Amino acid sequence: MKYLCLVYQEEKQEANVPQDVIEQAKKDYWAFTEDIKKSGHYIGSNGLKHTDAATTVRVRNGKLSATDGPFAETKEQLGGYFLIEAKDLNDAIQVAARIPSAKWGSIEVRPVWG
Amino acid sequence: MIRLLGDFDLAEEALQDAFAAAVERWPVDGTPANPRSWLISTGRFKAIDRLRKGRREVAGEADVPQELSDTEDYDVADDRLRLIFTCCHPALHPDAQVAMTLREVCGLTTEEVAAAFLTTAPTLAQRIVRAKAKIRDARIPYEVPERPDLAERLATVLHVVYLVFNQGYFTRPDLGIEAIRLGRLLVELLPEAEAIGLLALMLLHDARRATRTTTAGELIPLEEQDRAQWDRRQIKEGVALVERALGSRGFGPYTLQAAIAALHAEAPSSPATDWVQIVGLYDVLLRAEPSPVIELNRAAAIAMRDGPEHGLRLIDAILARGELREYHLIHAARADLLRRLGRKPEARDAYAHALALTVEEPERRLIERRLQEL
Repeated sequence: MKYLCLVYQEEKQEANVPQDVIEQAKKDYWAFTEDIKKSGHYIGSNGLKHTDAATTVRVRNGKLSATDGPFAETKEQLGGYFLIEAKDLNDAIQVAARIPSAKWGSIEVRPVWG
Repeated sequence: MIRLLGDFDLAEEALQDAFAAAVERWPVDGTPANPRSWLISTGRFKAIDRLRKGRREVAGEADVPQELSDTEDYDVADDRLRLIFTCCHPALHPDAQVAMTLREVCGLTTEEVAAAFLTTAPTLAQRIVRAKAKIRDARIPYEVPERPDLAERLATVLHVVYLVFNQGYFTRPDLGIEAIRLGRLLVELLPEAEAIGLLALMLLHDARRATRTTTAGELIPLEEQDRAQWDRRQIKEGVALVERALGSRGFGPYTLQAAIAALHAEAPSSPATDWVQIVGLYDVLLRAEPSPVIELNRAAAIAMRDGPEHGLRLIDAILARGELREYHLIHAARADLLRRLGRKPEARDAYAHALALTVEEPERRLIERRLQEL
């Protein structure tokens, strides 16, 4: 079964993170991704630019509106995702717990239709 | 069946189909050599039929596991354990964990569970429907977790069992019995230290059930209970379990609380209780699980060991930190100590404060009596 692991973390905090910590996080992400490729969990992943680059689009009564910013203001913002293949929720939770951001942010695990 | 299909409702329907088929076929063909395997295998085909008929759009036919190789070692007890871990999965809402456990593991009706948790049957049914949908849609597995996760997952299960026990403390002895039954099942199937500790704790508390309230429904505090009426057989069992838990690796807060309950249960009277050892156990418990409620209980034990003024000082320190201010038992405990110290007006104020925060009728009656006596 496929699960989407949505990675949430505080964008505002990122500016305060020292360079060496950022470098370590990059290495951890690389190692994690290689790891779940080997174990067969990996389907795809991407990091996202910050929410100040986001545009929210709605169509109401045929009329398009595009507004600046994410659809909801939250303390932590969606910063990326991993699409994984897992045996069941327990397996998916184990994978999500190893995403480096789980240590400082939150991972929402959502089963994918179909 | 649930493990095979990952869907509670589909499993129930499929099994009903299988029983219906059995009623038809067995008198004609004779009872099969392995009736359980026959029922499960038939149920699986009935489930596929149901899926083919398109009654469920959620699960595809491909989702139904094909292999039945493990039906031979199919074990009812193991199945109940899997069921408990599924119902108490941390990905389910805590209320749903309790409701699912009582309904699916203990076999209580939705109405009975609703009555115990002071909610309406439709609200509870809704919660259960949502939980079952999540088990199916997020594919929460029907299994006992492996070693690295076991301790944490078992903690959730034990917490649910203890919640059920406490819910029945005053008004629903049947829930207490259900919780003890669950506790026994866990100890039998998964003899981990804390499972043993929790069973001991429940047995020791339950042994005092008959002496906990007057016939008029007023709470009787521990020191005034008729110890001759305590269930000695159950205490003996509880004490033996405490010793077993303390002797195994990984014991924790439930075992320590059970050890304290055991000391109370074995004492001939309140003054003759081993308060030194009880305070010592509270010290260990506080280190294992720091909490202001445990601090309060420790303060009460200190009051018994060293005198009321020492306990009072600790209680006032907790309140001064801004903790437990809305907790009725801290004000009741404070009032008791003030009463023992002869500080009547202050005791009266503290009892009045406690009464305003107390919901349970037996506790209210005791506080009202204390107020009258003052």
